[in-house]
Amino acid sequence: MNAAFRISGAGRLSQAKTASFSFDDKPYIGIEGDTLASALLANGVHLVGRSFKYHRPRGFLSAGAEEPNALVQIVRDDARKTPNVRATVQELYDGLTANSQNRWPSLAFDVGALNDIASPLFSAGFYYKTFMWPKWAWKDLYEPKIRAAAGLGVSPDKPDPDHYAARYAHCEVLVLGGGAAGIAAALAAAETGVRVILADEQAEFGGSLRFESGARIDGQGGYAWAQAAIAKLKAMDNVRVLSRTTAFGYYAQNFVGLVERVSDHLKSPGRELARERLWQVRAKRVVIATGAIERHMVFANNDRPGVMLASAARTYLNHYGVAVGRNIGVYTANDSAYAAAIDLKKAGINIAAIVDLRDNPAGPVIDEARALGIEINFGRAVVSAGGKLRVSSMTVQPKNGGGERTIPVDAILMSAGWTPSVHLFSQSRGKVAFNDATKRFVPGTYAQDCVSVGTCCGTDGLAASVDEAYAAGAKAAKEAGGKAGKGAKPKVDAGESWSRGMLGAAPGAGPGTTVKAFVDFQNDVTAKDIRQAVHEGMHSIEHVKRFTTNGMATDQGKTSNMHGLAIAAETLGKPIPQVGLTTFRAPYTPVTFGSIVGHARGALFDPTRRTATHGWAASHGAVFEDVGHWKRAWYFPKAGEDMHAAVDRECVTVRKAAGLFDASTLGKIEVVGPDAAKFMELLYTNPWEKLETGRCRYGIMLREDGFIYDDGVVGRLAPDRFHVTTTTGGAPRVMNHMEDYLQTEFPHLNVWLTSITEQWAVIAVQGPKSRDIIAPLVDGIDMSDEAMPHMSVREGKICGVPTRLFRMSFTGERGFEVNVPADYGEAVWEALWAEGQKHGATAYGTETMHVLRAEKGYIIVGQDTDGTVTPNDAGLDWAVGKKKTDFVGIRGLTRPDLVAKGRKQLVGLKTKDPKVVLEEGAQIVADPKQAIPMKMIGHVTSSYWSENCGRSIALALVAGGRDRMGQTLYVPMPNGTIEVEVTGMVFVDEKGERLNG
Amino acid sequence: MLLIRCPYCEEERPELEFRNAGEAHIARPTNIAAESDDDFEKFFFIRANPKGVIYERWRHIHGCARFFNAVRDTVTDRFVMTYKAGEPKPAKLPGASK
Repeated sequence: MNAAFRISGAGRLSQAKTASFSFDDKPYIGIEGDTLASALLANGVHLVGRSFKYHRPRGFLSAGAEEPNALVQIVRDDARKTPNVRATVQELYDGLTANSQNRWPSLAFDVGALNDIASPLFSAGFYYKTFMWPKWAWKDLYEPKIRAAAGLGVSPDKPDPDHYAARYAHCEVLVLGGGAAGIAAALAAAETGVRVILADEQAEFGGSLRFESGARIDGQGGYAWAQAAIAKLKAMDNVRVLSRTTAFGYYAQNFVGLVERVSDHLKSPGRELARERLWQVRAKRVVIATGAIERHMVFANNDRPGVMLASAARTYLNHYGVAVGRNIGVYTANDSAYAAAIDLKKAGINIAAIVDLRDNPAGPVIDEARALGIEINFGRAVVSAGGKLRVSSMTVQPKNGGGERTIPVDAILMSAGWTPSVHLFSQSRGKVAFNDATKRFVPGTYAQDCVSVGTCCGTDGLAASVDEAYAAGAKAAKEAGGKAGKGAKPKVDAGESWSRGMLGAAPGAGPGTTVKAFVDFQNDVTAKDIRQAVHEGMHSIEHVKRFTTNGMATDQGKTSNMHGLAIAAETLGKPIPQVGLTTFRAPYTPVTFGSIVGHARGALFDPTRRTATHGWAASHGAVFEDVGHWKRAWYFPKAGEDMHAAVDRECVTVRKAAGLFDASTLGKIEVVGPDAAKFMELLYTNPWEKLETGRCRYGIMLREDGFIYDDGVVGRLAPDRFHVTTTTGGAPRVMNHMEDYLQTEFPHLNVWLTSITEQWAVIAVQGPKSRDIIAPLVDGIDMSDEAMPHMSVREGKICGVPTRLFRMSFTGERGFEVNVPADYGEAVWEALWAEGQKHGATAYGTETMHVLRAEKGYIIVGQDTDGTVTPNDAGLDWAVGKKKTDFVGIRGLTRPDLVAKGRKQLVGLKTKDPKVVLEEGAQIVADPKQAIPMKMIGHVTSSYWSENCGRSIALALVAGGRDRMGQTLYVPMPNGTIEVEVTGMVFVDEKGERLNG
Repeated sequence: MLLIRCPYCEEERPELEFRNAGEAHIARPTNIAAESDDDFEKFFFIRANPKGVIYERWRHIHGCARFFNAVRDTVTDRFVMTYKAGEPKPAKLPGASK
């Protein structure tokens, strides 16, 4: 059974293939190939939404991507509830469920529509002016209420279950837009043999040929020609044809973002299909053939459901076989609306009247309309649309005033002219130019290797567009390396042509009027609002736009920008080009986050790095923490232990017996070559030339400004070979810093740098029993104190595999770091663990590592330093080679501010109450009774409970800290002020004797 | 995304493979320790930040890992040319005569 407004014999859909769907829980029947819009219109449904601000009833303005009104929520299941879908773009599938938005309790009766009655209160800039006071009310009262009342659809509240694909593509010629011009350009380019990509946002190619019943090309109807041409292109190996694909962004060097809607039109997409596919295309040449968008007339109540663009009504009729009404009025300022009236009249629909603002237009379409017996009124305006939930009449008046006449209608078709779609051209940084004769902005100066053709370039007439596009396609292909094409140019036998029209408010909505004549439907901006913005001092179009929000909705002002600009220009008394156009920005139409993110989410969002012992740690109950990309064992709780208990036990065990710790994540760089020592001298503050082979040194790296950049223990394996360690997080930037100096400042040095972080697994064995644990497994290394003192490195074997065995300590205990090839890391760990068990050793994680080093006052770069700390500030002056004449940072260190008195220095803090553990980052003051804001003299950088000390310990950066030893300072916190005493940084074994025994 | 020609790899590669490394042709003084405060300030802190042609360092960090120099227009983001580290500042830019 046909829906009431489906015209038999009209349109291109097969009426046999029905699809059932629901809108606001009411069932309807449509046809396969329908959009949700055409299917609803076929059922006589015009009212589909409520407007953003005034909650005015709204219907369909357009039949395409420019739609500002008909935004609906498409619900597939619990997790798939897509808001703000343009019903004019959503293809119908059997079982589609759609709901209207921004209405309560129902679409026909919406309480929010009170805003429309109270609209004098809600004029432009209303929010800025009204909700200023009291200050507290914005966050707690105004904003939540406004957000509840305004707003669009409802966001889904579950994770997106769909997946999104991504492709990179390269081509010689990329054609954007698959109307007559785009197809002609693609044909010309394809015939030369170069790689061509043709993309169009619609499901079927053809663009305006979908509705232009008068077009004939190569002896057939325009739309049929387009389908034949697309079939030909699809059959060519060098051509990729993408439908349902929107070019949303034009970036530098002909890099264009396309998003292909893969399965939103399918009833059951299945898991194997992506929902959307992002194409990132790099093209040698781009042909922009994006066409033009019809503008509405700006008159009172021009937003009533049933009032729509003439070309939209024509598309619904000629493509979908749907009449948008039975008694239709037409209001136009150019020829194109006549064609709509003619097509509808021929389909048996009554045209109540054509109202033409022009005085005495002439032309074939006007003659044809007259011959069909349609009433035509020149020099008149529609000053108001009647009706509320659906237009019921139009009130016509001579444009210079006079008697009104009200004509009953059930739809009004309007056309103020056509706006070239220069969005992508403008995004390519091309400059638009205003053509004063045709009152439109067209491409002016190009910034990239692209060309605009057809109506988006201001070319009028089908024949001229096709000729221009075919030539441009051939030229682009040739410039990109194509051979001469052998094809024939499409011959346009008949086409439609129109230009001109009007910009700005129509009579009845001019200056001094207070009617609601909408310029921007989606953001509810009227002609009056734009005038008011100018009157209130917004003279730049960018200011007018932001004050009124004209063109700022998700439709990006596709229908409203030119009207808004014209009204602003008229009010300012300036010509349009002097007022200027607002900037076009990507995306052309809304793009889902899913398509941008693609596969890079969840586990694939960021790489995860795991050390060789990760599996062992996991199976021994380790809790992990993220350190950069690394997963590091944080602590190893035994049954019943919380974090504090585990860390306390680990800390005590290391100092009493021993502990094993995976230190593999520390950055490791091998510095090799005849000039390795010279290079080290330049990159670190310490002296290196005299460091003996087999010995280690703690090195500090500065930036040129004198601040600490990184630190780590460096072992000299041979006269020309250093094994450098860095902080875990610093490894890549230290490598970059070293390479930078080696390649650009010290290229005369014969040195090679190799990152070996991943090559060596590092097992720290720390504690009084550490040597006893390692020694039985080692071959060829004398581990006695005499042969291998603290800060030495030996090469040999452990468990039969090569090792670089460092004697070093980040705990203050006798300690070793066993480096073995990463593949053996887990096996060697297991062997050391088995030995360790005999001596009561524990495995420990990063938290215990932090506590143990803080007990010894060893700093962590990036925690106890923040990029403004010098070696002196950190108490590390001893590590700066006083006799050296050069190293990176040597000059920075003598800058006046870096040697000034009163700098913040690293000190220890002990809370007066030993049980209180300070918060890291807490601010420190000298006088807790001073007025707020207090003078802060420093902050806590590290703070822990130390079970070994039986109290809390902390490190802090404090102004003039080393002169404050023994002083009482204060840490004000929300729950009271904490008293602290300034102390040295070493809390355990101040003399450092445990390192040796 | 920009395409950048690496003068060592001798081909255009996507921007993702590169990292900017600040203004080029600022040589570290050979006797830096003896620099005056003013001279050190000029060397370390002061940068041209032009609107238009800038000479800057880039590193092909996810490629050959070499540092090189580039001439870029900060208005259009267009790379005028790239050349190897250590080569002199080009006296004449391609297309500059237009």
